[in-house]
Amino acid sequence: MERGTGKHIVRLSGVAKAFERKPVLTGVDLDIARGETLVVIGRSGCGKSVLLKHITGLIAPDAGEIFFEEEDITRFSRKKLFQMRMHFGMLFQGGALFDSLTVGENVALPLRRHTTLGEDEICRRVCGRLELVGLTDVYNRYPAEMSGGMKKRVGLARAVVMDPAIVLYDEPTTGLDPIMADVINGLIRDLQRELKITSVVVTHDMKSAYRVADRIAMLYEGKIVHSGTPEEVRETANPVLRQFVEGSAQGPITPV
Amino acid sequence: MAPFTLLGRFLLELVQEIGGLGILIWRTTQLLPRTFANARAVFQQMDRIGIGSIPLVCVTSLFVGAVTAIQAAYQFHGYVPYKFIGTVVGKSVTLELGPVLTALVVGGRVSASIAAEIGTMKVTEQVDALEMIAIDPVEYLVLPRVVAATIMLPALTIFSDFLAIFGAAVVANISIGVSFHTFETGLKLLFRQQDLVGGLMKTFAFGYIIALMGCYHGFETRGGAEGVGVATMKAVVASCLLILISNYLLASLIFRIIFAPSS
Ligand SMILES: Nc1ncnc2c1ncn2[C@@H]1O[C@H](COP(=O)(O)OP(=O)(O)O)[C@@H](O)[C@H]1O
Ligand SMILES: [Mg+2]
Repeated sequence: MERGTGKHIVRLSGVAKAFERKPVLTGVDLDIARGETLVVIGRSGCGKSVLLKHITGLIAPDAGEIFFEEEDITRFSRKKLFQMRMHFGMLFQGGALFDSLTVGENVALPLRRHTTLGEDEICRRVCGRLELVGLTDVYNRYPAEMSGGMKKRVGLARAVVMDPAIVLYDEPTTGLDPIMADVINGLIRDLQRELKITSVVVTHDMKSAYRVADRIAMLYEGKIVHSGTPEEVRETANPVLRQFVEGSAQGPITPV
Repeated sequence: MAPFTLLGRFLLELVQEIGGLGILIWRTTQLLPRTFANARAVFQQMDRIGIGSIPLVCVTSLFVGAVTAIQAAYQFHGYVPYKFIGTVVGKSVTLELGPVLTALVVGGRVSASIAAEIGTMKVTEQVDALEMIAIDPVEYLVLPRVVAATIMLPALTIFSDFLAIFGAAVVANISIGVSFHTFETGLKLLFRQQDLVGGLMKTFAFGYIIALMGCYHGFETRGGAEGVGVATMKAVVASCLLILISNYLLASLIFRIIFAPSS
């Protein structure tokens, strides 16, 4: 699979998914442009993680199509999906580090499994990526000995070690103190600039959304209800988006 | 709820369960040629599953052998000469007690640990993370465990057979007063190699069942810590039940067909 040149790297059309008859996505249409940083905002439990898992083929939709480089991934074999995922990096909400492996081994794992690089070269690249996320002297530590913010940064180093074309971030700032949240936001911007990657961030943290987004889309009741630049979002007339952005209890969204 | 709805739901779940298990078995089998590429992980699991279980198997086997000797003496008393204690110990240990009890205690230990480990990886998204770095979780997690358990169970059982017989010999000597020489004569009297081989053949299946149940229930884990607890329990229950059921089926196959007594 070659890296494409089309305008959109990922397109979703009419994606629907229900779990045990409970609809989570009800028709998501979303185009992700090459090189942009798209932030998808939405309330907790509205299906943001489920959306990301559809984009990567971890979950198959009940209906609709998902294109990566203009190929419908819902028709992919497992082998083809694995090939596709070599172009993806993902930062999971809790970091999802393999806790039986050291930090260094975590970041090195994709290189060890998918390349024929020698130990020296692997070590060099891993340290390079760890430095990129601001970590030194952690190579031999285990994930259990690290703080939430450090785990996320290691997760980020692992996500970008294979030079992906697109990186997905699942609530990168949730559960972090404001200073660490700002560090992560800065990293998302830096990585995008330095590695020329497309980024998709899902979050409910508006501060983070404004800080990193080229474009913001809102997921509400299983659909994308609005998408626009941060400036457009700030001045939106859409009542749902407005209520979410302002963080108000009054409005069309009912607190559950 | 209407009884038919309940029955329908139960059947549906059963079909889903068997389907899921079938897919896991199929994918593991397809990946068997990749065993050598994953040799390091296989050895690591052989160490964890096999070497790690030795203390447990030691204690179990010694005491099972000891109690078999005591019970044999109790039942023989007044009817059968004690020189046959060795005979009955040898037969029951190699045919049933060694293989089945080893499988049950190792099964409890190993399937629980596999289910808890994979279940935790599942709920903390580590399984998804493997998929995302294009590593097949079945190859990375299931294959080494299944291969290692299938190899190690027979090895542990041989060890267990010897220890149980040793334990019986010691107890026969000390508390029943049967000399080692008499015990040994009894042991050799009706011993046939096919007893040992037939008993060991079953244990390949037991090892496979133990690892498969741990992995399957690990992957099926839902929710958080509670889900891991449920998965662990299901894995232990399922592997123990399947060991006992397959033991009957395999004994029928091996001792009534393959090694059928010639009359
Ligand atoms: N594998 C699954 N099985 C059943 N329900 C699920 C599964 N994954 C997510 N859900 C449900 O889908 C809804 C959306 O979940 P999620 O995408 O995790 O929300 P969030 O927007 O907070 O990331 C939740 O109600 C959750 O219970
Ligand atoms: Mg989520």
